[in-house]
Amino acid sequence: MSEPQSALPGAAFTGAAQITETGLRGMITLKGDLSATKLKNIAKKVSGVDMPEKRGANIKGDNGLCWMAPDELLILCPHMDAPTIVTQIDKALKGTHYLAVNVSDARAVFRVDGQGAREVLAKLTPADLHPDSFGPGEIRRTRLAQVPAAFWMTGPQTFEIVCFRSVAQYVFDLLSNAAKIQAQVDYF
Amino acid sequence: MSKRLAAGGRLIDRAIPLDFTFNNKRMHGYEGDTLGSALLANGQVLVGRSFKYHRPRGIIASGAEEPNGLVNLGSGRTLEPNQRVTTTELFEGLRAESQNHWPSLEFDIGAINTHLSRFLPAGFYYKMFMWPPVFWKYVYEPFIRASAGLGRAPNARDADTYEHFNTTVDVLVIGGGIAGLQAAKAAGENGARVLLVEQTAHWGGRAPVDGAVIGGKPADAWIEDTITDLEAMDNVHIRTRTMGAGVYDHGYVLAHERISDHDPREDRPRHRLWRIRAGQVITATGAIERPLSFAGNDLPGVMLASAVRDYAVNYGVSTGDRAVIVTNNDDAYRTALALHEAGTTVKAVLDARTQAAGRLPDKVRALGIRVETGTGIAKVKGVARVDGVALCAQSGNGSVTEELSCDTVAMSGGWSPVVHLWSHCGGKLLWDADRAMFRPDPDKAPTGADGAGFVHAAGAANGEMSTGAALADAHRAAAAAMGKKLRTKASTAEDEEEMPLEPVWLMPQGAGDALRSKTWLDFQNDVKVTDVQLAAQEGYESVEHTKRYTTLGMATDQGKTSNINGLAILSKSLGADIPNVGTTTFRPPYTPISMGAIAGEARGKIFQPLRRTPLHDWHDRNGAHWEPVGHWRRPYAFPRDGETVEQAVSREVKNAREAVGLLDASTLGKIIVKGPDAGRFLDMMYTNMMSNLAPGKCRYGLMCSENGFLIDDGVVARIDDDTWLCHTTTGGADSIHAHMEEWLQTEWWDWKVFTANVTEQYAQIAVVGPEARAMLEGMGGMDLSAEALPFMQWREGKIGDFDAHVFRISFSGELSFEIAVPASQGRAFWDALIKEGAIYDAMPYGTEALHVLRAEKGFIMIGDETDGTVIPQDLGLNWAISKKKEDFLGKRAQERSHMTDPGRWKLVGLETVDGSVLQDGAYAIADGRNANGQRNTQGRVTSTYYSPTLGRGIAMGLVLNGPDRMDEVISFTRIGGEPQKARIVGPVFYDPEGEKQNV
Repeated sequence: MSEPQSALPGAAFTGAAQITETGLRGMITLKGDLSATKLKNIAKKVSGVDMPEKRGANIKGDNGLCWMAPDELLILCPHMDAPTIVTQIDKALKGTHYLAVNVSDARAVFRVDGQGAREVLAKLTPADLHPDSFGPGEIRRTRLAQVPAAFWMTGPQTFEIVCFRSVAQYVFDLLSNAAKIQAQVDYF
Repeated sequence: MSKRLAAGGRLIDRAIPLDFTFNNKRMHGYEGDTLGSALLANGQVLVGRSFKYHRPRGIIASGAEEPNGLVNLGSGRTLEPNQRVTTTELFEGLRAESQNHWPSLEFDIGAINTHLSRFLPAGFYYKMFMWPPVFWKYVYEPFIRASAGLGRAPNARDADTYEHFNTTVDVLVIGGGIAGLQAAKAAGENGARVLLVEQTAHWGGRAPVDGAVIGGKPADAWIEDTITDLEAMDNVHIRTRTMGAGVYDHGYVLAHERISDHDPREDRPRHRLWRIRAGQVITATGAIERPLSFAGNDLPGVMLASAVRDYAVNYGVSTGDRAVIVTNNDDAYRTALALHEAGTTVKAVLDARTQAAGRLPDKVRALGIRVETGTGIAKVKGVARVDGVALCAQSGNGSVTEELSCDTVAMSGGWSPVVHLWSHCGGKLLWDADRAMFRPDPDKAPTGADGAGFVHAAGAANGEMSTGAALADAHRAAAAAMGKKLRTKASTAEDEEEMPLEPVWLMPQGAGDALRSKTWLDFQNDVKVTDVQLAAQEGYESVEHTKRYTTLGMATDQGKTSNINGLAILSKSLGADIPNVGTTTFRPPYTPISMGAIAGEARGKIFQPLRRTPLHDWHDRNGAHWEPVGHWRRPYAFPRDGETVEQAVSREVKNAREAVGLLDASTLGKIIVKGPDAGRFLDMMYTNMMSNLAPGKCRYGLMCSENGFLIDDGVVARIDDDTWLCHTTTGGADSIHAHMEEWLQTEWWDWKVFTANVTEQYAQIAVVGPEARAMLEGMGGMDLSAEALPFMQWREGKIGDFDAHVFRISFSGELSFEIAVPASQGRAFWDALIKEGAIYDAMPYGTEALHVLRAEKGFIMIGDETDGTVIPQDLGLNWAISKKKEDFLGKRAQERSHMTDPGRWKLVGLETVDGSVLQDGAYAIADGRNANGQRNTQGRVTSTYYSPTLGRGIAMGLVLNGPDRMDEVISFTRIGGEPQKARIVGPVFYDPEGEKQNV
């Protein structure tokens, strides 16, 4: 093995918000019966956080659990831990109907941070980003302009965005363009 | 002569002069002017030529309804045609040019059309140019194209930037007049999340010009106070220069913000398209004054009465020295008062009503201004602008009773509520006969998902024309939008009592043909009263048909000033009531919005997402000649110095056949299917059996739609007891995953199957060629011998230091390993392969070599051999269609008579007799001709290449009875040349026994 490489190592832009490619993040898609005790227990155990509510994201550092669908979770972890966690889940859920698969490398992660962060995102996604409607603890699976993406907030003005690895450059360019200092909307 | 008055102008700042040019003539205006007010201030009354007859035209309005004042704005990369002077804010250095004239605005040769007008009646396109057919192309169309039309399309790349902005609100208020302000304030104070948008740069609409007094204060003061209140509320956001453009289903509304049109010097986006999800919408869009229909009403100097007073009060501009006002209502008397105040002579107010007894007419009389009742205009005198008017009795046929000289005619035919946004999503209208207007029918609002109305009209847009009534109505609309009784109260106003108007659709009532043929309805598209009457005579009854036949209301102003007058004329001609004739459909956008705003950020490098594999940068640095495959970019070939692309392809093909080739196959779709019912599910998805595949083994499979057509193919690998990995085509990754999910979620929702698209988790590299095994073994790691990893099996292990899934599958006919490593390791793995490969003459190959290699082997390609009409049986793939399975998607469809027709074209190989290459898509020619006189065909080419391996052209194609016609020579079309002869052969040109791949 050599040093794993993210899609756009070190990419950064500063405008109305700071845009940074964060490097690789461990991500596991876990599909199954989210009300099953076994599944809940292993999800909590490997992530160290509580099961999220509908559209919820419980994030603690690099770890977290995100609600993706009524039968799907996204488990976040340090990149190198993902294979081990998949093995742990396989062991715990053996004999039940579930799917746990490492998707860490299929993704790119960006952080959008700063005063203008909500506006930058609101130029690209139809999701309601009003502070009364969206804040830390929630996730949205939506789109940024023409590609699928998901995001959550780790602070009052900090977003983490997940998109597919192949479109990392497009998403970085989109975010940087939307964060141009001359294009502030002054809305939120 | 129009001019700037010595004083006045509530919207302009005389301390900030601005210079601009019109037709290269330097002119001067002030900050706060519109281009329209500045042109008038510079005495420029003539602003354009009409669409059809090239008649001289002047500004008639002061807002979004203006039909005539359209200019080319800017130049080169900032040129934009059809910009409305009345909504274009003046800025320093603005450049405008008038449109539709040649050689000059003042002298226009096309104006001769006006004398030909009797040859250009309603429907002239359809009537005159039917015969002979060639005349249309060579005579009529060039003439029409040259003489009709407005602005010129720009041909340079747009210099500006644009963007979108999404927001979700409880209540969206469209229109920032007093009704909109009142509604936003009421909704805001009662806790709603509110967005208020106003299309102009100013709040308050007409109220200040019309002298409204609200809550004991002048309107300006009330507006200022209300804005202060709105700005203080966190839950309320207000925006000027933002037009509500369209209302759509589910409360989706588009608004168009003009960010920097008024000040283009800064590097801001030009326009922003607001994509608003509104719980409730309040349309406080005001009303538009109607012109009156009298002869010569299109001459420059004839204006709407409201516009004449807007120019005086808002911009300190006099539209002329001597005005005549013609009206059917009390409101126009306000113009007489405003002009008198501004020092302009009002020669007379001509009131078509038999009496004018209201307080406003009394005030006007008290100033010594002559008021004539029962009187109208027989015709306007003048050639290029108004010189005077001929008076007549409204009830007569136009006998002239008197002539008055004047240079301005201010007309008012009453007001039409702006019902456009109410109507976009299905809101219906009522005809209010007392006030002669269509207004929103509150019982038939546009409805949302819950069946309840989600649009509420307020104020003048709802037919409430007086200040106090508009404010009360706006408060009511806010309460309706919020679905509750509000604890706030509407502001109140002292309304001046007004007497009812009298509908006047033609002036004078009995005007003869000579007058009617000079009476304009649609100024922009040159539609006259006689055109609509002619349409009615010719049998047009539907207002929608009449619109299209006469082009009434079809110009860029969408008939804002003409629609009601036009349909009133139509209804009269048909002897029907106005509500029975109805209006045409109101469609978004309310006024034109820029194409740039619609595109938003999507231009240049972010026009479209471009998908990159983990090896993209390497390919780019190593001379890849790119090919778009879906949104991916894939290397077509890697030409070396001095090599053509074709030469590179040949080299890459030969090298894979003789040494070893490396292919970036990362784009291939990879879908995990897992669960106790996964085998059963895959047996339904694929035509062949997948449930009995043993773990560790691979099988090629075909997928069909439920109509039996082949939609995708690929190799399926069994991972473990309840897990399969399905490879799809590059283009099929997302659609096949969606296809699987659709069947799982809608049809077999009770089957225990989970899927996951893991396409991008892996970098997948095909190592292909006789030296492939030796080369990989040289890197160390897992056992890749034929015994340990036989053909059509897969293993997990290590290649060198890399964790890998190795699939022994071949799309080239050579010994081949497809190796998947985590994407984050992809580039390092590729570098290691390149390094190790140096010893074995390994080189990368692109998609064209991939195609040639597969075609030499007779492997089909989805998208080449298939086009959505091809079934596997057409391609001789019956071996991959299970006969044992009870069912699979497409099975029953493939049993339909047409699918089993022996006459379906079937796949064969094709070898040209002379070794040349057939043209892609060429047709096999058959004897005789069809009913259209075209040659009959008996097949077509689906793939065609030059084969470097065989040194000749090879092709595959679908041919009638092809498999039964081996060795027959048939002819194929060649564009620009004689047909090519080709021999029908088997589709496998290379290693038909398959010995090379299975070693």
